[in-house]
Amino acid sequence: MRLYHPRALRRRAKGLVFATGVVLAALIIAFFRLQVLQSDDWVLRASSNRVRVLPIPAPRGTIYDRNGVIIADNVPGYSITVLPGPVDSVRATLTRMSEHIELSDREIEQVLARLRRFGREVVIDSDADFDAVSKIEERRSDFPGVYIDMRPRRRYNLGVSGAHLTGYVGEITADELEMEMFPDSVYSPGIIVGKIGIERQYESRLQGRQGVRWVEFDARGRIVGDFAGVERTAAIEGEDLHLNLDFGLQQWIHRIFPDSMSGAVVALDPKDGGVLALYSAPGYDPNAFVGGIDTEAWAGLNENEQKPLFNRSVLGLYAPASTWKLASAGIALDAGVVTPDEVMPDPCEGQWYWGNRFWGCWDRQGHGYNTLAEAIGNSCDVYFYQLGLRLGLQRLLDRSTDIGFSQQCGVDLPQESRGIFPEGPQFWQELYGYRPTEGEALNLAIGQGPNSQTPLKMAQFYVALARNGSAPAPVIAKGVAISEGWQLDLAREHIASLREGLRMVTAPGGTAHFGTTLEHWEVIGKTGTGQNPLSVRGLAQDHAWFAGMAGPPGKSPEIVLVAIVEYGESGGQVAAPIVAKAADYYLRSKHGIPIDTIQTYREHILRGPVPQWYRDRFPRGITTEAQEQAGLTPAAEGGS
Amino acid sequence: MSFSERWAIDRRLVSATLVLSLFGIAMIYSAGQLQVPNEVTHGAWILQLQWFLVALLTFTVVSRIPVPWIEWAAHPIYVLGVVLLGLTLIIGEGRGTAVGVKSWIRLGGFGFQPAEIAKIATILWLAQILSERDRPLRTLRELVKPGAIVALPLGLVMLQPDLGTALAFVGILFAMLYWAATPVWLLTLIASPVVGLFLAYDTAVWSAYILIVIACMILFFRSRLFLFESVALVLANFASATLARPLWNSLANYQRNRILVFLDPEVDPRGAGYQVIQSKVAIGSGEFWGQGFTLGAQKRLDFLPTQHTDFIFSVIGEELGFVGTSLAILLFGYVLTRLVRLAAVSESSFAGLSLLGIFGAWLVHVLVNIGMTAGVVPVTGIPLPFVSYGGTFLVTSWLAVALAVRLSHERI
Repeated sequence: MRLYHPRALRRRAKGLVFATGVVLAALIIAFFRLQVLQSDDWVLRASSNRVRVLPIPAPRGTIYDRNGVIIADNVPGYSITVLPGPVDSVRATLTRMSEHIELSDREIEQVLARLRRFGREVVIDSDADFDAVSKIEERRSDFPGVYIDMRPRRRYNLGVSGAHLTGYVGEITADELEMEMFPDSVYSPGIIVGKIGIERQYESRLQGRQGVRWVEFDARGRIVGDFAGVERTAAIEGEDLHLNLDFGLQQWIHRIFPDSMSGAVVALDPKDGGVLALYSAPGYDPNAFVGGIDTEAWAGLNENEQKPLFNRSVLGLYAPASTWKLASAGIALDAGVVTPDEVMPDPCEGQWYWGNRFWGCWDRQGHGYNTLAEAIGNSCDVYFYQLGLRLGLQRLLDRSTDIGFSQQCGVDLPQESRGIFPEGPQFWQELYGYRPTEGEALNLAIGQGPNSQTPLKMAQFYVALARNGSAPAPVIAKGVAISEGWQLDLAREHIASLREGLRMVTAPGGTAHFGTTLEHWEVIGKTGTGQNPLSVRGLAQDHAWFAGMAGPPGKSPEIVLVAIVEYGESGGQVAAPIVAKAADYYLRSKHGIPIDTIQTYREHILRGPVPQWYRDRFPRGITTEAQEQAGLTPAAEGGS
Repeated sequence: MSFSERWAIDRRLVSATLVLSLFGIAMIYSAGQLQVPNEVTHGAWILQLQWFLVALLTFTVVSRIPVPWIEWAAHPIYVLGVVLLGLTLIIGEGRGTAVGVKSWIRLGGFGFQPAEIAKIATILWLAQILSERDRPLRTLRELVKPGAIVALPLGLVMLQPDLGTALAFVGILFAMLYWAATPVWLLTLIASPVVGLFLAYDTAVWSAYILIVIACMILFFRSRLFLFESVALVLANFASATLARPLWNSLANYQRNRILVFLDPEVDPRGAGYQVIQSKVAIGSGEFWGQGFTLGAQKRLDFLPTQHTDFIFSVIGEELGFVGTSLAILLFGYVLTRLVRLAAVSESSFAGLSLLGIFGAWLVHVLVNIGMTAGVVPVTGIPLPFVSYGGTFLVTSWLAVALAVRLSHERI
């Protein structure tokens, strides 16, 4: 038994004990490293393993109208969020989820890409309906890494009628995160921000600050509870915002605007330039954008030929046509080249000879000798040619530029178009390569030539007529710094004569009489027939304008309105009634008179006999339905 | 026969394994204390307690069996073990997290793992074969028989495929050969093709390695002429290098991942590396004193993989800290060295070899299981003796303790 001699065995035993000692010492060293030397790292890792910081969404500030009616507020909503995890298992989870909520394969891949990119939770559906949420809650174990929480959901009470004004909110994009207006201290991926409209303009006020909570998760991504170690920081609600807007008026305008037509309506308060209504047609439902609009609906809005996403009231540029004659008149009075009572040397005979050519008036019958008010009432081109000539091109350009026809109004919206108007003779040289002649003044004076304005800009100008010649910048929100306005130097009698001209348009015999005459209020204004690229080729009707103001008879106007209906043909028949009906609504609600849907004289006589109030006001101007029909053919329309 | 003679057992070994078993039951209880429902782990400690009673019964019976009976039974038991392993490949089934591994045989109401029985059987039969020799094994030809005795069950286990248990057989073989006075250099050379297998991933590294092996051979063999051995070894090395690629390709995906992840767990922190990372997080956050019994946060939130079986040591690390892990390792060290000491003083070579077989198996189990929780060895599904949940393994471990104390106290 030499092989198993005790001494040999002892030697081998020693070797084995030594080997065992080495192996186990190596293990102990490994554990010493993990548990003593590197323990801080692992402790940290352990808490980041199971504790996550989740944002508590802050409710956005409520948006109120001038009377305290809620325009936009928050309702409780549910959002479904997924946490980062193994790609395959997250994909499987999302695929299971697509049975309960709308989630296409492409969207699933997008979510996975964002999980990889940001390495943090991603909101799959920030506006899940209750049914889906309860189904998912019932099958919690099928959806590891998914949690559902309450988050305030934006609601736009104006809906379609206020879409362009309120704008809408949506999840912040990567590009937006780079912007200066979204500082990292407040904004992080997944946060909801204003995209356009008032929501965008006052984003920083409405946003508030999102809170954070520390939540403990189990290995399958289920929330176990709040982590005891750290207090949650509550969200701070965004500031409320009060607008000058009139909720009811905005809705009323949407209601009365011709269906299927495109256009815009702007209503301003002449007292302070406050925006009472800002409407663009067609609209869209901003509520559909909350929680992410689906691709199909988005494509539908984008490809719609009527461009419902386009805010015509502040972005649309239209030839102002005859509505601009008031600007020529105002500038001429301001410059002192005409007086209200004088007539131009040449009477209107349907056309006027100047500079080796004939300049036509829209009415070939001619208007004879006109005072300023009569010229406005008749929209007499010949009068305004002579007025333009007296003013001179340079002075017309300078003064028009002074009162901002080539500028923005400075309204508190993220986007606004600048008016197109020559700031000087170089305009022609740069654009067309020739020096302008005095003849350009003739065209500009009647609202033609290189002149395109937004409906808001025209409304701002008419505010000056409803006041004393000064025009504050239109402003939507209350209590914000207003951009500087401008001032035309007009005497009391100047204003009176301009308004008298506007009154003639809506008086008996005026082109807009039937559609603008109201029981309680006096509406005055100017029609316009705006040429557009299609109408000059005879492919469509002209745009219909009406710019005016309204108030109790004999008192100063309390509301200024501009309406444009694209391809509406007749300012008097299509645009003017919108202005009158909107004014009626606003003034009735302001003065406490019940609202009626039968508002204008035309609506009354189309439904019955001539009302008594009309007989009292215009004892000699009673017109029958037949006359009304005959008298309001497009041919009788003023301006061009 | 006095009482103490009738119960001639090594109190130290039995006490140590008793402590380990009770500690194990306590940790399995803790592993079931979760904040999220998990029906499997919740009641596991009660089952383990029942198995422990079965194990003690087995111990009581087996520790009183006369040694000649054991020697006589060694061969039939071995045959039975191999047959059962073969059967496992046909009617075996997977369980729990290792569904893909067919290592269970269902018998009536309950199942057991034939590989555990095969381990004991192999130890006994190999001990008998080696104890019959009167000179050390010096040539490869002499190694063929003992090698075959181990290779047969090992191969069957690999086919399940259960790499962890296969490693235990390797541990048995090497420990027993060493005890049978096989020169260390020969053992090293036997191991060399296996090492070469892993180094074959890089031709340059492997080339350097094979040169070193040849140099060693010339150094050791210069006094004698072992031409056959030399040629066989070099050929074996080349064969393993050639086989490395196809062998790698034949590995199941999860096995390959385990090796890759061992090299760097962060390559796939959410996939194959998940277990190791979670285990290290739990152990590391236990720090020096631990988070307290049943209070481990990672464990409570179900982050630990198979926390009551293969990764029970992670629970120990998280809840009992470095104090707990080092004491546990020292306790295992005590059990292992106790086996060696008993072998050294045992009067029969059969007894000594058997004890060394048990030592070899347990050393592999302890090293691989504990090592994988700390990320120092690749993850292989191999339980921790006495501590991990599992009936068959607890009972066969106590069977081994019984054999150890019985054989070591046999006086010729």
